[in-house]
Amino acid sequence: MFAYAGKILRVDLTTGKVSTEGLSEELAKNYIGGIGLGIRLLMDNSKPGVDAFDPLNPIIFVTGPLSGTMGPTAGNGYAVVSKSPATGGVGEAKAHGFFGPDLKRAGYDAVIITGKAEKLSYLWIDDDRVRVMSAERMRGKSPHETDKAIREELGDYYIRVSAIGESGEKLCRFAAIINDEFRAIGRTGMGAVMGSKNLKAVAVRGTHDVNVANLGGFRDFIKMIHEHMKGPATAKYRTLGTPENVLVLNSLSALATRNFTNATFEGAEKVSGEYLNAHYIKKIVGCATCGMRCDHIAVVPEGPYQGSTSRLEFECLWSMGPLCGIDRLDAIIEGMRIANEYGMDGISIGVVVAFAMDAYEHGIITKEQTDGIDLRFGNADALIAVIHKIGKREGWLGNVLAEGVSKAAEIIGNGAEKYACHIKGLELPGYDLRTLKTAALGFSVSFRGACHLRNGAYSPDVKGKVNRFKIEKGRGKMIADEGNMYNIIDSLIVCKFSRGTYYDGWKDLANYYTLATGISMTPEEMTKDGERIENLARLFNIREGKGTRKYDNVPYKIKNYPVPDEGPAKGACISDEEFQIGLDDYYAVRGWTSDGVPAIEKLKELGLGDFAYIVEKAKRVGA
Amino acid sequence: MPKIHERKFISADPDKCVGCQVCEYICSVSKEKAFNPLKSRVRVVRINQLVNLPVMCRLCEDPPCVAACPRDALTQSEETGIISVDKDKCNGCGWCIEACDYGAIMLHPDAKIVYVCDLCKEKGEPQCIKWCPEEALDLVTSDVLAQKARITAVKKLFTEAAETPK
Repeated sequence: MFAYAGKILRVDLTTGKVSTEGLSEELAKNYIGGIGLGIRLLMDNSKPGVDAFDPLNPIIFVTGPLSGTMGPTAGNGYAVVSKSPATGGVGEAKAHGFFGPDLKRAGYDAVIITGKAEKLSYLWIDDDRVRVMSAERMRGKSPHETDKAIREELGDYYIRVSAIGESGEKLCRFAAIINDEFRAIGRTGMGAVMGSKNLKAVAVRGTHDVNVANLGGFRDFIKMIHEHMKGPATAKYRTLGTPENVLVLNSLSALATRNFTNATFEGAEKVSGEYLNAHYIKKIVGCATCGMRCDHIAVVPEGPYQGSTSRLEFECLWSMGPLCGIDRLDAIIEGMRIANEYGMDGISIGVVVAFAMDAYEHGIITKEQTDGIDLRFGNADALIAVIHKIGKREGWLGNVLAEGVSKAAEIIGNGAEKYACHIKGLELPGYDLRTLKTAALGFSVSFRGACHLRNGAYSPDVKGKVNRFKIEKGRGKMIADEGNMYNIIDSLIVCKFSRGTYYDGWKDLANYYTLATGISMTPEEMTKDGERIENLARLFNIREGKGTRKYDNVPYKIKNYPVPDEGPAKGACISDEEFQIGLDDYYAVRGWTSDGVPAIEKLKELGLGDFAYIVEKAKRVGA
Repeated sequence: MPKIHERKFISADPDKCVGCQVCEYICSVSKEKAFNPLKSRVRVVRINQLVNLPVMCRLCEDPPCVAACPRDALTQSEETGIISVDKDKCNGCGWCIEACDYGAIMLHPDAKIVYVCDLCKEKGEPQCIKWCPEEALDLVTSDVLAQKARITAVKKLFTEAAETPK
């Protein structure tokens, strides 16, 4: 096979058994790689009702067909797929950096890890030599420290490591897996799944060549993408970076502030992309093969967090900034740094703290429970102190919040669920859904939970292409079309920031695939792949009891707390009526029943007829 | 004797390099028709989030690799300074690798002899310079490198002086 390694590795941590099997061209063509292939392997290698922390829950590291090639950003990607301890449904995340290409060069398209190691271990994949090594002396270390320790132990600077921190070891439900210091398999708690398997890290070294089918054509294609990467589609990432969103969203009254209380932040200027770049960003670096580089590295020059260094993107800036009512970038940078050290999702951590602040201000969490921390909105020191507690699962507060907002609210009770801003158990990202209603619909139906990366449904709202204050018919198709595209982006694994450089959209991506793999792929076939992946993920969620209409919802505050800020957004919130119209519209476009279950005809159309039993069972149970 | 303005080698600007490794990939594919940094004549080092630099042969005036070779398998062109490897003489012993202070000469994983940057002499222009997205790489002579550093230093000095309040 070209581009693909043609091989899947299986590791059972309980028995230590290691085996390989081939990757069929059919599987490759129908699921591409990345999350597509990962979700199919997850479905095929799991049984219903198995808890995310059960040794039987497989965790799958996957590369894409383009990993290891020179495709700009495409060359560096990898994904991790498993059942999410946060949502109980499909958990998946992608990361860039430098880990992915080595996994492909080692000769694997996917690594399926099951079981549980007896002691804390790391998996060492050295081409075809695969061993489980002791990681006891790395217990409690940050992913970066673990990375360095492993490279030192194995004696090779160029070994790549993807590791969890203390929070993953302690099963924080939003623990991340981090590679290359600040690249994260961030959302849905994949780090906790690793922790539950006593798997501290995966280390890899690959020496094989990666070859493409049509080298001349491939070179011309990537030359074109390199040129596009110097153009307008990537300008934002090369200049201010994603933090540019702060003032943009603030001006739209879409910058969720104080746990989705306000939609504008009075301190927005102080935490804007402009301010960040002028005062904190020291350098912008890039990932393997990238032609645009976007990693904005911030360094705090003075004050109590002097020297704190971290990459900072909009989502994390927002979650630990405006969402917590905090207007101090030095504290936000420190918050990001320690979140990476503990190995936690930078979005969820902020939303969890904001939830706690909201509950505290409403008297549902007491000062005794916070160990004396004055957990009010805007208290930057409190943010840092609580992040430490959560990372360590320390005290009542740290332990409860490490469960994520959904489960923490259940534990706390007393009406706390009103303040828990999540969908399906995944904390909300940085878009105020009351004033971006296409986003509200799009996030609510995503198989991952509240996620801006599954269908980018905020885009028509922010760009002003639709009336963002009303959900109308026609939004369903926008969300479905983008959802299919984003599924392919995450399966080829190209960086989402590069999505604008494929000027011919599906045609470009299909061509890219064929040039690399030699497998013929038309834009129509690729679109269908995107649709298939969406439906398969939905089926998994339904199988696990989390995938039907009642789970496609928006948080309490989005429906019941109208925007108080003066301006065009005043009074905005989602009405149940418009929301149900939106769901009906989306399900119709998808070919799903009114309960959000894929119709049998749709499954057959996509070659998923074998899974009809899942939808039949759902109908009988009325899940 | 080569004149100082003629001995050119590839050097990277550490302020511009972002550690993206595009140079590694284009090198291996240009030379070996495969994507594999282990076959690239240039390797990038990232020390921490802020410090990246690619390293390749500097075409030393008095190359230690050539001196170290016990089989005289390495020769240096009088005209260009490029190091050539005689594949019949080289046995992969690695003395040259120990001698090189920068790790610019390496053992090829398949060919079992050493390989080193030759400025893409068969292509006429170094591919890494062409493809670097940050334009961090350049073909320089040691004299031009010194000039650049000098000019940058002086400019910086006077800019800072101009900014200092009186």
